[in-house]
Amino acid sequence: MDNVASLMHGFSVALTTHHILLMMAGVLLGILVGVLPGLGAPNGVSLLLPLTFSMDPVSAIILLTSLYWGALFGGSTTSILFNIPGEPSSVATTFDGHPMAKQGRATEALSFAFLSAGFGAMAGVILITLLSGWVAKFALKFSSPEYFAVYFMTFASFIGLGGASPLKAIVSMGVGFALASIGMDSVSGNVRLTFEFDALLGGVSFLIAVIGLFGIGELIITMEEGLKFEGVQAKVRISDVLRTAAKLPRYWVALLRSSLIGIWMGITPGGPTAASFMSYAMAKRTSRNPAKFGKGEPEGVIAPETADHAAGSSAMLPMLALGIPGSATAAVMMGGLMIWGLNPGPTLFTDRPDFVWGLIASMYLGNVVAVIVVLATVPLFASILRIPFAIIGPIIVAICFIGAFTVASKSFDIWLALAFGVVGYLFKKLDYPIAPLVLAMVIGDKAEDAFRQSMIFSQGSLSIFWSNALVSTLMAIGVVLLLLPLVGMIAQRLRGRTAQSTV
Amino acid sequence: MKNLCIAAGLAAASVSFAGAAQAWQPTKPVEFVVTSGPGGGTDNFARVIQSIITKNKLFDQPIVVVNKGGGSGAEGYVYGRQNKSDPHRVIFGTNNAYLLPYVAKLGYKYSDLTPVAALALDEFIIWVNGSAPYNDAKSYIEAVKAKPGTFKMAGSQSKDTDQTLTAMIQLATGAKWIYVPFQGGGAAAVQLAGAHVDSNTNNPNENVGQWKAGQVKPLCVFSPVRLAKSDPVFEGKGWGDIQTCKEAGLPLETFQMPRTVWLPADVPADAVTFYADIMEKVSKTPEWQEFVSRTAQTGRFMKGKEFADFVAKDDAANAKVFEAEGWVVK
Repeated sequence: MDNVASLMHGFSVALTTHHILLMMAGVLLGILVGVLPGLGAPNGVSLLLPLTFSMDPVSAIILLTSLYWGALFGGSTTSILFNIPGEPSSVATTFDGHPMAKQGRATEALSFAFLSAGFGAMAGVILITLLSGWVAKFALKFSSPEYFAVYFMTFASFIGLGGASPLKAIVSMGVGFALASIGMDSVSGNVRLTFEFDALLGGVSFLIAVIGLFGIGELIITMEEGLKFEGVQAKVRISDVLRTAAKLPRYWVALLRSSLIGIWMGITPGGPTAASFMSYAMAKRTSRNPAKFGKGEPEGVIAPETADHAAGSSAMLPMLALGIPGSATAAVMMGGLMIWGLNPGPTLFTDRPDFVWGLIASMYLGNVVAVIVVLATVPLFASILRIPFAIIGPIIVAICFIGAFTVASKSFDIWLALAFGVVGYLFKKLDYPIAPLVLAMVIGDKAEDAFRQSMIFSQGSLSIFWSNALVSTLMAIGVVLLLLPLVGMIAQRLRGRTAQSTV
Repeated sequence: MKNLCIAAGLAAASVSFAGAAQAWQPTKPVEFVVTSGPGGGTDNFARVIQSIITKNKLFDQPIVVVNKGGGSGAEGYVYGRQNKSDPHRVIFGTNNAYLLPYVAKLGYKYSDLTPVAALALDEFIIWVNGSAPYNDAKSYIEAVKAKPGTFKMAGSQSKDTDQTLTAMIQLATGAKWIYVPFQGGGAAAVQLAGAHVDSNTNNPNENVGQWKAGQVKPLCVFSPVRLAKSDPVFEGKGWGDIQTCKEAGLPLETFQMPRTVWLPADVPADAVTFYADIMEKVSKTPEWQEFVSRTAQTGRFMKGKEFADFVAKDDAANAKVFEAEGWVVK
């Protein structure tokens, strides 16, 4: 109950007109940077950081976290409208969000995405409020083997998800792993796969891959299909937003399950991207009609969005309590904390309770403000689809290339994005899934580091993955997730055979 | 080609000649190139300087900070090579500027950079878990020597300062650790707080949060003199109460990492002077003093010959370890 009292105090710190205005400004800026692929939250936060040097820490962090929420929302917008994920964590939203937009249901898809995202974020913040002390201790139990087990779980839940053939999924994942290993390897300190080519030294950013594979690849396909952008006829009415909101409670199972997955991945080091992929996979697996997924199923939007935001907000806890940033954005904010004279770490909660609880209270308020602001922008964004492709197409290309350039201010990245665009087109034509590639790029190198650190810990023995209750449980869940589709396939084949023999 | 070179040389000479009459000033926005990712030690270093310059209006042009931390920071130095003779790109780093080319083929040489200044020395401390039975460095080293190859030392990256220091301690004392490289000092701090490893050699600032909570404790600092006195951090002990490693009886005295500022090669000499003067002004501001003492670094401004001598000495000491460990790439 102590926490609740502190939170109320936090509200009194955060709830001023000045702060609410900062939140709205932050959210709007965030939507702007989130909508531009490549610009993204980390860049937005680092651009704003110098402005905050002269502010007091509470106002500064409120501005930056609001920008972060706004960027997360903005990232989902482009995923749904143009199949271009603004952030890696909104890749999974494209699977069903974009088909919905194509069917003229953009308003519905956007509203579902924003509302469920708000729900997930709330779930994450409530967890922080109630369990902050416990989570900080729990997170200390995680070392490299546990990290690897969490990544393994994510991969396991995604392989054999159906859709494409499992072999093609593995090929795609393999390409992703190879791309992720380009650049400096932090375990050996050697440079890999750069062919002494300077531009590859920093590795290949998954943002470039995402911009190319999804954005440009999608445009090439659209052009081939006759330069028309479906969904042009979509009617945009404010009442549709409200009607969608009324439908949301029907998906309460998905909301709860996805929040739990998101929170879990947020406080363990999985992070928002892994959370959204895993949540999508679980939604499809537990659905009564999995065949609908990928063709515009609302649950396919709700599941990844809820988990993404639940993970995003609960990941703030390890950052504050342990001083480990859960994401690139969190890393920039941590740098900010230090410049404002705060030391993130276990004692931040006791040293600066006004700051910590002010921040947590601002997460409640910021999310409410963010949901209201973005819902108000839905009709605006949805009407973008009514603009003829001949106009919007070239604009998207320009935005993609600008986005690719802004990731690291390298012109080489523009060519790389173009190359990825061609790869994305070929993948689609040959029916190879793109998602496993992106997943492998985002968490592949972390999984590799964790695995090799574990091997250094155990001096080469795999038994380290069964060495304590925590890691064994995680690995066991992973193995079960990996084997389930196989069991299902065998069962189906057996049933098929008996069916045939009876005929 | 030769003519062109001469022409370019003449042009450069005439520029610096004109500069002698009127000191060099930036004429467009200045880029601060950070050789680490956002939130890293070098990132904080550069951004604090940015905020001090902006606040005190030390020069008129706006400053843009860009992170080029790929390849352990090599990306930023390669960028310096690519922008040869451009005095509007200021590169921030550590001793990795001259040490990285030893251990990996990275597409730049130390000669691609022009030294400007160093502003501080970051310190290294041996830390153990808060509930470990050791209270001084000697007894910990003895325990490691008794069971070679079972104790784990966490550090940031591979073949970087932490592993170099670990190798130095091993060579000097005969102790032997399993070195586990993590992404950064923050991760190494948390792994030690969770008792997954036995020790780390983090900079003060990387472990201060865990020390405050009593999850880790410092044994000794690799500095010739004790750190500056500070407010107590944990149980009445502050930075100034930590023994130096020499006091603790280790046959190894100094290991410090300079926080450095560079320009690309072939920039006008006046530009180097200009930035060195700016950095000197920065190092005298109260904001900088506050940053240095908060992060428990040692403030020490070096430029010109003093800096060059420091680099030569540090370079030789590190190169010896790289040779001994077989890390040098041919």
